[in-house]
Amino acid sequence: MPEIMYREALNQALAEEMERDANVFLIGEEVGKYQGAFKVSQGLLQRFGSARVVDAPISELGFTGLGIGAAMVGLRPVVEMMTFNFAILAMDQILNGAAKMRHMSGGQLRVPIVIRGPEGTGGRLSSQHSQVFDSIYSHFPGIKVVAPATPKDAKGLLKSAIRDDNPVIFFEAERLYAVKGEVPEGELLIPIGKAEVKREGKDVSLITWSRMYYYVEQAAAQLEQTGVSAEILDLRSLRPLDEEAIVATAKKTNRVVIIEEGWPHAGMGAQIAYLLQQKAFDYLDAPVVRVTGLDVNMSYAANLENLIQPTQTRILDAVNQVLYRQEK
Amino acid sequence: MASALKKETLLDMYRSMLLIRRFEERSGQQYGLGKIAGFCHLYIGQEAVAVGTTQAVRPTDYIITAYRDHGQALARGADPGMVMAELFGRSAGYSKGKGGSMHLFDIEHHFYGGHAIVGGQIPLATGMAFASRYRNEDRITVCFFGDAAANQGSFHESLNMASKWKLPVVYLCENNRYGMGTDISRVSAEADIYKRASAYAMRGEQVDGMDVLKVYEAVKDCAEDVRAGRGPVLLEARTYRYRGHSMADPATYRDKSEVESERKNDPIPKLRDYLVRAKSATDKDLEAIDAEVKKVVDESIKFADQSPEPSEAELWTDTIVEPGEPDVRPRERVLDVKVQWPSYPSGKELKVTWEIEPSGKTEKKVG
Repeated sequence: MPEIMYREALNQALAEEMERDANVFLIGEEVGKYQGAFKVSQGLLQRFGSARVVDAPISELGFTGLGIGAAMVGLRPVVEMMTFNFAILAMDQILNGAAKMRHMSGGQLRVPIVIRGPEGTGGRLSSQHSQVFDSIYSHFPGIKVVAPATPKDAKGLLKSAIRDDNPVIFFEAERLYAVKGEVPEGELLIPIGKAEVKREGKDVSLITWSRMYYYVEQAAAQLEQTGVSAEILDLRSLRPLDEEAIVATAKKTNRVVIIEEGWPHAGMGAQIAYLLQQKAFDYLDAPVVRVTGLDVNMSYAANLENLIQPTQTRILDAVNQVLYRQEK
Repeated sequence: MASALKKETLLDMYRSMLLIRRFEERSGQQYGLGKIAGFCHLYIGQEAVAVGTTQAVRPTDYIITAYRDHGQALARGADPGMVMAELFGRSAGYSKGKGGSMHLFDIEHHFYGGHAIVGGQIPLATGMAFASRYRNEDRITVCFFGDAAANQGSFHESLNMASKWKLPVVYLCENNRYGMGTDISRVSAEADIYKRASAYAMRGEQVDGMDVLKVYEAVKDCAEDVRAGRGPVLLEARTYRYRGHSMADPATYRDKSEVESERKNDPIPKLRDYLVRAKSATDKDLEAIDAEVKKVVDESIKFADQSPEPSEAELWTDTIVEPGEPDVRPRERVLDVKVQWPSYPSGKELKVTWEIEPSGKTEKKVG
């Protein structure tokens, strides 16, 4: 199986879906002539032309609304956000528009749109360019939310998202674009709403998604050396949430740590912990522990930036806590 | 006031404006009786804008508006009983009672709502026009919005894109002079909205929105330009609402004398006088229309009254589209009649020939 970068996997998904369905078009800042701020749309303008790879003005609300309007009358737009920080400007269109259109119209309309782009810590970009929106978008009924970690999942989920008849928020991560992984060539559809056990284990479950998967993978490897067998559940989708898989891993290992890049207050992990105490209470041998970004704005300074994100130390401490273990 | 329009068209306009007027008067009453709740924005006074416009465009053109939407829905041919049922929050409403007064949608008649965030529908209209251009259809979009929406970013962002990409859309500003209780001139550096078109290198026009024939002519003219591919137009219709912003608004921010003077400019008696003077209709003809409209509105209330509230099972529908789930066709669902529903070319059938930044290719108009 060929090994390709996350950004190449996304590019393949876009190209394949645009080839398959002329209703699919891409719109966003710098997606065309510039070939994409993160090169996800490399080569697409040359292949599909300027009506299907549309260089938009810096008007996030405007071009997102344009995409939603086009979807209301049968097209299947993919809106690229240069980063989800800028999508804050478009939230009215996404949350008041796309998420509610089918409801307001009593089922007369559907909005098959994908709104995709990177979120999370950008890398020395300070607070306006380093934030996680997982829980915010996942809060709203009427949209789906996915956040793939690996190139394979990125490709398979983007293809599914483009074919989905609902608005899909598709979170990438700035620091994942160059990550490599095996991706099967050709048709690959990964269902939205299905988590995946990325590593089998029996002592503790590490539940995570998106970029934190790589932090957790590293932690699991280290735990193995100290005799702890960790299971990694990669959620991949945040709405709908794969409740079955979450409960299953908890029942298997009886101990759960949730690792997320976002802030702790009202974060995704809080919802998952709630779910676990509801549906797996009798199976838990320790209270669920969350490892999150610190409850502060992101700093530019390298040392602070590292400390604000979940660290290996904090992940390992959390595992020790649920295992009632002292050593590191 | 003079018009080369056929007598039937003129009478249709009269009937349509009167239907809206009577429907809205009765809606106000029903609100007082507690049968309609929430925010209810009446269209009384502005009828000439919706009616002149819908008569001037094709039934297959797209129309979208804000929350003062009863007029456009009725002018477009929505079933009055089902509109009233929606206002009552009943199952027989266009959105099964889920949307209410601010969210009327009648997709069968290409009426795309009903949007309750000021200016929120303007980018949507731009996208609908983008889709028509993308599919090379001979179709335009008319986007209604109020004067206050012209101060939203969504307005400026949309006009910029539409003009740059020559999208087939008429941005129709219904300037009724007040954004809720604020006189538009108190918060606008340029209160002549149509002039803002010049900032986006597009055509801007102003029309007397209290005269249905003038609205008709203006929209006809703008629509021709737009349909010919010459880019979007911003048309400002100067109009006036006789009632408050919503049923909750006693309108204390404007003088009674202002309202009284505007009442002399009422578009409905204006057309009525014209019809009689031009001998297009006799008083008797018009009285027959009055009676017919009254009956339709009476029946719409009866119809709404008889409809049950939505079932509790409806809580869990219309949020996420499940695979294979069809769209709901309101008149089929409620009245059990077959309707024509919009359909789109499949991804295999569709050939996109448009180039936003032409690379020398030519394209042919289809459809």
